[in-house]
Amino acid sequence: MARIIGGIGTTHVPSIGKAIADGKQNDPYWSPFFRGFDRVHQWLAREKPDVAVVFYNDHGLNFFLDKLPTFAVGAAGEYRNEDEGWGIPVSKSAAGDPDLSWHLINHLVGDGFDITICQDMLVDHAVTIPMALMWPGEGAWPVRIVPISINTVQHPLPSLARCLNLGRSVGRALDACDKDIKVVVVGTGGLSHQLDGERAGFINKEFDLLCMDELARNPDALTRYTIPQFIELAGAQGVEFLNWMAMRGALTGTVSEAHRNYHIPISNTAAATMVLENVPVAKAHACTGKGAHGEGGCSGNCIKNTIAEARKPEPVSS
Amino acid sequence: MRHHAIPGTPLFDGAAAQKGLPLNRMCFSFNSAANRDAFRRDEAAYCRKFGLTPEQREAVAERDVRKLIAAGGNIYYLAKLAGIFGLGVQDIGAQQTGMSVDAFKAKLEAAGR
Ligand SMILES: [Fe+2]
Repeated sequence: MARIIGGIGTTHVPSIGKAIADGKQNDPYWSPFFRGFDRVHQWLAREKPDVAVVFYNDHGLNFFLDKLPTFAVGAAGEYRNEDEGWGIPVSKSAAGDPDLSWHLINHLVGDGFDITICQDMLVDHAVTIPMALMWPGEGAWPVRIVPISINTVQHPLPSLARCLNLGRSVGRALDACDKDIKVVVVGTGGLSHQLDGERAGFINKEFDLLCMDELARNPDALTRYTIPQFIELAGAQGVEFLNWMAMRGALTGTVSEAHRNYHIPISNTAAATMVLENVPVAKAHACTGKGAHGEGGCSGNCIKNTIAEARKPEPVSS
Repeated sequence: MRHHAIPGTPLFDGAAAQKGLPLNRMCFSFNSAANRDAFRRDEAAYCRKFGLTPEQREAVAERDVRKLIAAGGNIYYLAKLAGIFGLGVQDIGAQQTGMSVDAFKAKLEAAGR
């Protein structure tokens, strides 16, 4: 059985990549941010996930505005980074898990998420910087990844509710996966910041703290914001929080906040780090013995499971 | 179609995307070091090659971020162009807000208090 151990939310500001390359982790400017990862490292060392599902947004490396999927799922054996044009060092590659990718893809499309499938996919700093923060140091990263990109760049963007539900669908797919793996779900970007317009430099601490509180306790409450309302409160690029919404959605069990760090500013951004622990609930859709079940538990196709999913209405927003 | 205009906050919507396509396509090409060098060697020729509009060519020549955004530029793509000019996100933030870079950085610091 795949087990979802929890979720990590983290900022992915490009200049973090430079700071790592230059060994500036203990500089006065950077240390309040990097120190926030000590607890993350302890947690990961204890939990030892095998796979990270990473919700992120591409900033013009793999995708251009000519063809831009709202949601795209990687199905590659390896994910390379390349020159992104703004002078951050090119990162090492991340290993993929194509079998798990296709399991998620099959489930997502079956569940009404018409995602784009990417067998070749470059991953930009929004994946590689969180990886370098979570697993610093030399050598290959100790997890395989499934990157899932969400369009946070070209309006119209998917709603907060849609992204939460995307995450929930991924969570159900993981619960239904009979691989013996531990999975951490990651959401990257944010929190409040704005790079463009006369309001550039906008940061909203109060709203960020509210978002983190609600994300842990009651993420559905955040779906009350339309995208323009959210941008008004979090800044134009603060809407990267959609990746955090999806991450939270994938935590299908009982969720508690294990760690939080919040620091202003890193570059133009309110930098946040969060660990949410997920304790799986006993299978609500326990096997009836009539579905397609193996020894390992529910395959995700049993009747009760299907009914439960069909009954879950998607909140309408914006 | 901007039902919810947010002061000082451009939304990169369909209108901006259509208008900005040549400019953003040029900026996307700057993921390659060879293309960045080609731009540096002959800026005007490089802009022509990507079919930039006169408004976009002028905004590039003036290194004016507000004009680049008005011409349909998306900030993530413009950041690749700004990098060629040696401008980071605090520089372009300062430029757009009419502040000095130090004042802009102080504003960011102040948001944490
Ligand atoms: Fe970003």
